[in-house]
Amino acid sequence: MIRFSHVVKEYPRTGFALQDVTFRVNKGEFAFLTGPSGAGKSTILRLVIVEEKPTAGEVRVSGIATSNIARAEIPRLRRRIGVVFQDFRLLEDRTAEENVAFALEVTGSPREGIPARVSRLLTQVGLASKGTSYPKELSGGEQQRVAIARALVNDPVLLVADEPTGNLDDRATRGVFQLLRDINAAGTAVLMATHNLELVKRNTYRVIEINRGQLVFDSNEGNGVPGAASSTTTTTP
Amino acid sequence: MRLTFREVMLGVRRSPLLSTLSVVTIAFSLFAFGLFGLLVLNVDRALRGVEEHVEIVAFLADGTLPESISAAMGDISAFPEVARVEQVSPEQALARARAELPEFQDVFDASFLPTSIEVRLKEGHRDPATVKEVSQRIQTYPFVDDVRYGEDWVKKLYDIRNIAGAAGIGLGLLFAAVAIIIIGTTIRMTVLARSREISIMRLVGATDSFVRRPFLIDGFFKGIIGGLIALGLTWGTSALVSHNLIQTSFFDTGTAILGVIGGGVIGLLGSALSVGRHLRRV
Repeated sequence: MIRFSHVVKEYPRTGFALQDVTFRVNKGEFAFLTGPSGAGKSTILRLVIVEEKPTAGEVRVSGIATSNIARAEIPRLRRRIGVVFQDFRLLEDRTAEENVAFALEVTGSPREGIPARVSRLLTQVGLASKGTSYPKELSGGEQQRVAIARALVNDPVLLVADEPTGNLDDRATRGVFQLLRDINAAGTAVLMATHNLELVKRNTYRVIEINRGQLVFDSNEGNGVPGAASSTTTTTP
Repeated sequence: MRLTFREVMLGVRRSPLLSTLSVVTIAFSLFAFGLFGLLVLNVDRALRGVEEHVEIVAFLADGTLPESISAAMGDISAFPEVARVEQVSPEQALARARAELPEFQDVFDASFLPTSIEVRLKEGHRDPATVKEVSQRIQTYPFVDDVRYGEDWVKKLYDIRNIAGAAGIGLGLLFAAVAIIIIGTTIRMTVLARSREISIMRLVGATDSFVRRPFLIDGFFKGIIGGLIALGLTWGTSALVSHNLIQTSFFDTGTAILGVIGGGVIGLLGSALSVGRHLRRV
């Protein structure tokens, strides 16, 4: 599903963000991406959603090498990837329904099918009764659920989540994480970047740890010490 | 397309101040362009007016037979460059001289004035080379004593027209470029105000052309509205100058419509540049 082969990412001003990173996330797999702030987690996610291209090495997503991808092909690839962010990235002046529908509309879904699809997705994320609420009227956990519903509009094969529970309290974190597990159980691969080591420890999913732009631990490979790099950083339970 | 128009209207409703600012900026940029256009138009018309006076006068020898004069006039009228040929008798010449130059008031005799033929040339044939060439052709008639056409004057006039034309095109392009930059910058503010929406659209897999479309339509319509306002302001200024200073000409309907559509195109180009730049960066 995702394949990083000796990936290097260098920014002209800040230098190396990733150095020789190699890993693979398989179809239907759930993987945590951990590491301290600035370790390179977000860079990895940006490379996956083709917001960036690698300086060297190869990134393959759903079989497509992103280095050579034509600009016109990127939207098509992104429709196969759902993306969720820590800050939800909802449109404040649109209701939950409209936020989800927006993603369907802009990707050219047939108009007549949109209301039913939106309703089904909001039900799936447990917000059937909050469709007409604006983001400001929803709790953080509910806003993240709307964002997840939006990420699922195109039935993605991969869901990329960048600190999806970073702004949430324990209860909301549990709810959102359970939702991600359910999505994974339905067959969608999930790559979740997180600082939340408690959450990582409580679950038996694969852990890929990045520090200073390098892969320092992969539970599938059994190399390194999990959390070694993150042990000095503050983590939220 | 319905969605595109909905997004355009949403953008206007969400930031009415920014939309108004865009239209006003476009209107004033085009107004400046319109005033310049008006200046060029009036200078051009004034020069054309002067140019219409470009005239070749052939003075005829005394005793030239009227039949010869008629035949020559017929020949000259048939020249492709010639618009009009007129015979001026000594009496007519004297009357004109008296009317135009007061010192001729004392001249009571037309006998010292020769009969002449005045030749006006068609538009596009009043350049120094053509005037000289036609004059030389007229000079070949044996009864033509002298041919005058104010060689230096015609040359200067033609040079002024050329310089005015080149300056008009150069400054016009400069004004248009400045208008596109100003309009593009204003539209860029609209693009930045909606950058979150753009990033979400791209994230969920909207194509660049889909993201671009509402901005292009927005830019085009703002350009059209700005163009209409600019046209109104330019017309008002022209009317004011005509009323208080000097009579000025205004654009004909076709040019005015073209100007408004031009506003739309500039709005479209400004939007395309701004969104394109933004899309390349996100």
